[in-house]
Amino acid sequence: MRINAEDFQYVADVVRTEAAIVLEAGKEYLVETRLGPVAHQLGLGSIGLLVTELRQRRNPALLTRVIDAMTTNETSFFRDVQPFEHLKRKVFPELIERRRNEKRISIWCAAASSGQEPYSMAMLLRENFPELENWRVEFLATDISTQVLAKAREGLYSQLEVNRGLPAPLLVKYFHKQGHEWRIDARLRSAIEWREFNLAAPTYPSMGPFDLIMLRNVMIYFDVPMKRSILSNMRRALRPDGYLFLGTAETTINVDESFASDTLHTACYRLKSA
Amino acid sequence: MRALVIDDSAVIRTVLTRILTNLGFEVVQAAHGKEALERLRSGPLPAIALVDWNMPEMNGYEFIQSVRASSEWRDLPLMMVTTEIEMEQVVQALSAGANEYLMKPFTPEMVQEKLEILGIRGIQ
Repeated sequence: MRINAEDFQYVADVVRTEAAIVLEAGKEYLVETRLGPVAHQLGLGSIGLLVTELRQRRNPALLTRVIDAMTTNETSFFRDVQPFEHLKRKVFPELIERRRNEKRISIWCAAASSGQEPYSMAMLLRENFPELENWRVEFLATDISTQVLAKAREGLYSQLEVNRGLPAPLLVKYFHKQGHEWRIDARLRSAIEWREFNLAAPTYPSMGPFDLIMLRNVMIYFDVPMKRSILSNMRRALRPDGYLFLGTAETTINVDESFASDTLHTACYRLKSA
Repeated sequence: MRALVIDDSAVIRTVLTRILTNLGFEVVQAAHGKEALERLRSGPLPAIALVDWNMPEMNGYEFIQSVRASSEWRDLPLMMVTTEIEMEQVVQALSAGANEYLMKPFTPEMVQEKLEILGIRGIQ
């Protein structure tokens, strides 16, 4: 669903007045992604109709709904906290120990979205494993959407986005203010290779193998045969002793029995043969 | 588990108190930094203090400096409560010793998330 310039300006004004959030020109896509589903759920055929309804100010609940939609992030830095704790305390120390001779680690964030996950990982590595500075760390981040990848590559985040999950000391250390937004450090941006990639492709081009694959909160969008196909491709892309992270609400159980959960809580999986 | 809410706006104090109470905290309020120092002197040490920036008597920045300079309270986790317009001040607050910031407008989930970053939980 598209939004016209006048409606965008109206939404931007409302969100600014009500929630102190600045939506600059160029953020139309954000309003479209967030308000499209709201319009749909309310049975309104377009964002234009939703904005017309909003302008009449008859329904305070609608205003709240719009504000909520504009302020709720699907993704955030260090999303779910626990997987990152597990990476920090177990996965990276184990990997560093096992790869000490080759001094090389390869990571793939397979549903990188607007970049919060790969950047969180990059910050986690810099903060906790300084010895990796002298290693070859290959870091691939992919997503199906060119639009979100462009945003990820830019590394430019709204105030609202950096509010979510990002510890304040890391914000100050790795970001600088650019107008109303925050831009992540160029060293972190250039440490990651961004590539468009469709997980639903029947076979994957030769890539990896990876020590660690992050495949979080994307499997939920696929049916079981597609999940099987993706996991089978992941199995080939993963080193035999590698780690695969799924979203906390996702599992390989009844989908691909060659994986076993590393711990019960973190949705971290390893190949049973490992 | 005690939380200290320091804000000259009674509305913000009430909203934060409700959120923190639901998260399992016993909440103590203060309208400015000086009153907050009184609360620290007279009661058990809270697990967290949420501090507004602009306040009469003693502002957030001065309060943070006082806490960090004291021998009894220097380890108290401090969260600045701020607006986007004041973000430059967050940088200042962090260098003065604040541990986190919470931006207005906030939701209960955002408060909880920020507390989780600091590893602080109420008693459920």
